[in-house]
Amino acid sequence: MRRIYMDHAATTPLAPEVLEAMIPYFSERYGNPSSLHSFGREAREAVDDARTEVAALLNAEPSEIYFTSGGTESDNLALRGIARKNKKKGRHIITSSIEHPAVLEVCKALAGEGFEVTYLPVTREGLVEVGAVEEAVREDTILISVMHANNEIGTIQPLEEIGRLAGEKEIYFHTDGVQTAGKIPVDVRSLGVDAFSLSGHKLYGPKGAGALYIRKGVRIESIQQGGGHERGMRSGTENVPGIVGLGRAAMLAEEKMEEESERMRSLRDRMSGWVLKEIEDSWLNGHPVKRLPSNLNFGFRYIEGESLLLYLDAKGVAASTGSACSSKKLAASHVLSAIGLEPVESHGSLRITLGMENTEEDVDYACRAISESVARLREMSALRPG
Amino acid sequence: MSQPGYSDKVMDHFMNPRNVGVIEDPDGYGKVGNPTCGDVMEMFIRVKDDRIEEIKFRTFGCGAAIATSSMTTEMALGKTVEEGLKITRDEVGRELGGLPPNKMHCSNLAADALHMALEDYLNKAAVRKG
Repeated sequence: MRRIYMDHAATTPLAPEVLEAMIPYFSERYGNPSSLHSFGREAREAVDDARTEVAALLNAEPSEIYFTSGGTESDNLALRGIARKNKKKGRHIITSSIEHPAVLEVCKALAGEGFEVTYLPVTREGLVEVGAVEEAVREDTILISVMHANNEIGTIQPLEEIGRLAGEKEIYFHTDGVQTAGKIPVDVRSLGVDAFSLSGHKLYGPKGAGALYIRKGVRIESIQQGGGHERGMRSGTENVPGIVGLGRAAMLAEEKMEEESERMRSLRDRMSGWVLKEIEDSWLNGHPVKRLPSNLNFGFRYIEGESLLLYLDAKGVAASTGSACSSKKLAASHVLSAIGLEPVESHGSLRITLGMENTEEDVDYACRAISESVARLREMSALRPG
Repeated sequence: MSQPGYSDKVMDHFMNPRNVGVIEDPDGYGKVGNPTCGDVMEMFIRVKDDRIEEIKFRTFGCGAAIATSSMTTEMALGKTVEEGLKITRDEVGRELGGLPPNKMHCSNLAADALHMALEDYLNKAAVRKG
């Protein structure tokens, strides 16, 4: 059966060049980067090269890049590390209500440590309003964390404006850039962010490797103690093959970004154009323009997302849904609730996230598969009018 | 194709549901659930000589909701009204080879919809008898 992967916001396949770059570091170049001998030195050099490549993707200095195990750890380190180090200055944190759990759950934990957290609402399109950030700022605000682009609905946030505000008020500004690094241009200087999280496996790199950019001069403390690796910020022997893979993935992403993001945008628009026109009672969640080139989040009335996902899976199309029925907790996606969808509307959500291997042919096949599956489920739906 | 958490039998009933549709002027009708919490099921029955001669369902919901609806109709078809009323939630779940724990409420709904349709039939029959 034909299989088409359209769930790239969940994870991406490893690029062949990335795998090739990693392989020697599993076998003959097994040295520990902390060792002084030649084995250690060649591993150290590889880690340093990867640091330079990741820095280049973000327009940062290599010394501002810290390797971690992935997006979740980067978010944990940024939030906990900055909050704890600056708690004498204040205990107030501002974030948005549509963050990834890697931010929301850390904020919850920090609230348990005595920090106060403000969760900003978003517009119907999923935008954090700069005016709302400004209103939420207090004397004791020490940190703002707003994601660069949302993983479910793809809305891209106005980081420059928030960054400017944070800069003026001398408040640290972190962003979870897991969905944007390597997909759209990221310049940490012009965005005005003090910390930026990214993950390897979302940009055709390996799972288990990520990075946190921390602007030089930011007051932050480590949350993991040990041998003092990563200049004391993240103890633990470096995941050398993973870091090498992340570096190569960052390099490839930068090389291909212009061409690839344009191609994604065109596939995305081809798909949304067809689906919204051909399938009745369908709509697009998220922002029409300020949106990741690879993200689509459809709503279909009268049907439930988990059913749709499984019908698509049977046709070989892999996608995702924010339906309550598909989650372990049977709760609707917090993102779809935050943009104001009624439960019955969020039940019928379908997220398509395109990627490097997808072609126009794939898109057309997926469109037909969606249309057939939606029609079939509507035929048996108790909510269908008539 | 197997789905984590769903048995092959659940997947079969979900992908190829039996007895989907509506019956015009049914002898009994039941509808349970609400769109806010996620699942809505309706069942239509035709009864002849005290036996469930025809049964149809329509369901809005997840894979488990559709599969349990289909399974319930298959179990009820041809049974007497009394036998139909004895079909329990647990039996539907068992017949399907089990359901993931967080989906057990779906089997409750399907059995409830069937019982509601049968009770509707009995009420109507009582009215006819005067």
